Amino acid sequence: MQTRMRSPAAAAPAGRDRVAAVRVRDVAKTFAPARRGAAPVTALSGLSLDAEPGEFVAVVGPSGCGKTTLLELVCGLIAPDAGAIEAAPAALMAQRDLLLPWASAVDNAALALRIGGVAREEARGRAGALLRDFGLAGFERARPHELSGGMRQRVAFARTLLAGRPVLCLDEPFASLDALTRSEMQDWLAGALRAGPRTVVMVTHDVEEAIVLADRLVVLSPRPGRVVATLDVGAPRPRRRTDPQLVALRARALAALGARP
Amino acid sequence: MSALLILLTVVGGWEAYARLSGIEQFVLPPPSAVATALVDDRALLWSNFTVTAGEIGIGIVAAVALGLACALALHFSPPVRRGLYPLLVGSQTLPIPIVAPLLVVWFGFSLTPKIAIIALVCFFPIVVPTLDALGRVEADLRKLMRSFGATRWQTFRIVEAPAALPGLLTGAKLSVAVATIAAVLAEQAGSENGLGNLFLRALPQLETARAYAAVLVLCAFAVLLFWLLALAERRLLPWSAQPRGTAP
Repeated sequence: MQTRMRSPAAAAPAGRDRVAAVRVRDVAKTFAPARRGAAPVTALSGLSLDAEPGEFVAVVGPSGCGKTTLLELVCGLIAPDAGAIEAAPAALMAQRDLLLPWASAVDNAALALRIGGVAREEARGRAGALLRDFGLAGFERARPHELSGGMRQRVAFARTLLAGRPVLCLDEPFASLDALTRSEMQDWLAGALRAGPRTVVMVTHDVEEAIVLADRLVVLSPRPGRVVATLDVGAPRPRRRTDPQLVALRARALAALGARP
Repeated sequence: MSALLILLTVVGGWEAYARLSGIEQFVLPPPSAVATALVDDRALLWSNFTVTAGEIGIGIVAAVALGLACALALHFSPPVRRGLYPLLVGSQTLPIPIVAPLLVVWFGFSLTPKIAIIALVCFFPIVVPTLDALGRVEADLRKLMRSFGATRWQTFRIVEAPAALPGLLTGAKLSVAVATIAAVLAEQAGSENGLGNLFLRALPQLETARAYAAVLVLCAFAVLLFWLLALAERRLLPWSAQPRGTAP
């Protein structure tokens, strides 16, 4: 949540004098076993990752390769066992929208503002304006159960943005949506980020989603997660899923994923 | 509608049996006799009802306050949970028909033992669902609150307290059902009035229909309270009652 610098290993390598918005160096994280007698789970070992200010980095990897752990580390929700993390304050958006069922869309979006001590009316005003930007005009007072999956996700995204953190950590933000809504929401997110650029670290297991949205793909190995490939997307935006350049990139990313046992 | 049909069938069968079997009225009064008692003794029933209703009302309020305080203490402090929870479960194994006279010996025929007994019986059904609801708040939601820099108190006020409300109301509904039983037990252990007392006096006087009428009034009161709480639930917690996808 705050800018953190841990352990002497945080020294920047040569040629990288600019402070990255997110810099993860040789991070390891092992979780105590859930049951007595079970082996401890090493989620990450020796993982390094950078995101420059304004860059959209997508982290793809098989299930259970420590992707969520990585984001929680970046957001400062957990501490690494080894290595260093240097990150501007980051806001986390999870796969599930985690909206409060008793609160209206506008109050859900204003959650971080209210926690930060912003007065109710001002918080509602700012949240309402953003919701209208997000195509949710007229739904400000609706409760989450009255909204569709895509709308709920947009409310959750508004809530994440209003936290006012320079870094966004997206944890499979569209995984719970149906395929059609998902691709709509991907286009919508790309547009929202064009309007208000942020540094984004998104984890996903959907390679296509990563390629459509990100500047750079980081492919992780199965647990314990390590970086096995980095692919620059470099295609102009807005992107089309059928663009041959993107299709070729997708094949390379899938090969990188499959190359590991 | 179907509840009404079942009720009519039972009442009809009872009436027919009481009339046709030649059973004495003071052993099993037919529903018509109970209805007559309801009308004829309405002043007596009403004056005793207000006493019992007052006991139940205050008892449930006390139980809700006590139960909520208990649930919060158990939720916030693992040592308290480990130490107190077994004792709470133990308190529920106390045989109320035996405890009630002891409390009457202690506090006399006053309101106090009635409130104490109702609260003792009712607070556990309030503690358990409230504590469960507090505990069911998702770990991811707590994490989200933490990522926004929320304090423990903010997490409680914004997330846990509203999440616990359905549990608290469920507990209150459960407690209404047992509160009437507790009230009657408390009154029978020692009292000068109340429906439980009226019931106890009516039997030796062979006013069986009046005793049945007293039970009927008490049942109706419990159902009314339950219904009022269900109404409050729908009003206060529309998100927990409504299915997903319904229009506003």
